Amino acid sequence: MESYIYPIVIFIVMGVVFGVLLTVLSKVFAVKTDPRTEQITEALPGANCGACGFAGCADYADAIVTKGAPMNACLPGGAGAASEIGKIMGAEVTAAEKKLPVIHCSGDCDAMQQKFTFDGVQTCASAKRFYGGTGACMHGCLGLGDCASVCPEGCITIKNGLAAFCTEQCISCGKCAKVCPNGLIELRSIKKKVDVRCSSKDVGAAAVKACKNSCIACGKCVKICKFGAIEIKDAHAVIDYDKCVSCGMCAKECPRGCIVNLRKPVVKAETI
Amino acid sequence: MNTMIGIIIAAVLTNNFVLSKFYGCCPFLGVSKKIDSSIGMGAAVIFVMICASLVTYPIYYFILKPFDLTYLRTVAFILVIAVFVQLLEIVIKKLMPPLYKTLGVYLPLITTNCAVLGVTIMNIDENYTFAQSMVNAAFSGIGFALAMVIFSGVRSRVDDADSETPEMFRGIPATLVAAAIVSMSFLGFGGLGQ
Repeated sequence: MESYIYPIVIFIVMGVVFGVLLTVLSKVFAVKTDPRTEQITEALPGANCGACGFAGCADYADAIVTKGAPMNACLPGGAGAASEIGKIMGAEVTAAEKKLPVIHCSGDCDAMQQKFTFDGVQTCASAKRFYGGTGACMHGCLGLGDCASVCPEGCITIKNGLAAFCTEQCISCGKCAKVCPNGLIELRSIKKKVDVRCSSKDVGAAAVKACKNSCIACGKCVKICKFGAIEIKDAHAVIDYDKCVSCGMCAKECPRGCIVNLRKPVVKAETI
Repeated sequence: MNTMIGIIIAAVLTNNFVLSKFYGCCPFLGVSKKIDSSIGMGAAVIFVMICASLVTYPIYYFILKPFDLTYLRTVAFILVIAVFVQLLEIVIKKLMPPLYKTLGVYLPLITTNCAVLGVTIMNIDENYTFAQSMVNAAFSGIGFALAMVIFSGVRSRVDDADSETPEMFRGIPATLVAAAIVSMSFLGFGGLGQ
């Protein structure tokens, strides 16, 4: 008889003790959550794209409530989501300006020689692992379209071996920037019009040999810029978009033509 | 001392929990997509294995054995481990938010995992002392983490090749084949520590 009673009694006791323990501790150690977190999560698009710099929409909502993160960081949501969040938090919010991706490379099939034919898996990531890619320049666009396949709006195409972006459908999620194995893609404000289209870390002659459109770090753009917005980093010019006013002087000066001015030609360019 | 080294080598290499005993295949396949998450999962497994051994050892020797209930150890261990991990989760969430952020999401996944239950029952079956049980638990967890990290590296390359994989092998089948090959490589440790 005992052999039946003991297990039953012991397991009932254990069950009750554990149950009480769990209930008490979950009350004692309860973590308070703000109801606004949930409301904000619902106001966000729910794409979990990570463009705001947080791990997902829920994480961003939590950061707004608990850490006072900026309320206009959601780029796909744009002005709509920003004003919605403003209502929930009881604050005025101005939408962040739209950002667009730009590629810091102009090494298309005409400009850059191919070192070899790559017969492996046709993705940039695997080509990069195989001797740094097929291009003569190790730092340029691999042209196999990892950015195009990751784009949720399908608005990236590979034209002549170089990624090309559309401007209208882009939701500024920044996935293309994250996936590029060479880190060539950057999101910059839609108002800025002048970009350096090269990220070559090769110096001088090596860069010229690898690609017709390469930056050779001559520093002419640095000298001409009145705003101190350009500097040479890793053997190529880099524009600081916070200082740049998109005057386009550097694009005119560049002997290699790797700085492009997307602004429509204005007659009195010098007066700007 | 000699046996301790034997336990460590067996737990990490020769009798690796995932790759030789095939315990805990579910988290092994589920959370190995990225190296970051596999490291988090590995750390959580080490943590839970140590904690589980810590609580089940006294339960077995001070409650189940005196009452001749050792045949009920599986049920008792599952209950105790589940409760204890739940408790830890609640406490960590309140007291150590950074730790909860790194381990928290993985804890519920492995509360009643067979690898965790396996290590506690192995401690009993092999008649380990308390110190030996703790070492066995810690290094079994490290073996699990090692397997996870190695496999997530392999898997990232398999996933890169997804578009080239024949359609019927895409996704989980290709992953299982890769897991089998990684497991075969661990057969090479077979003669070690004997």
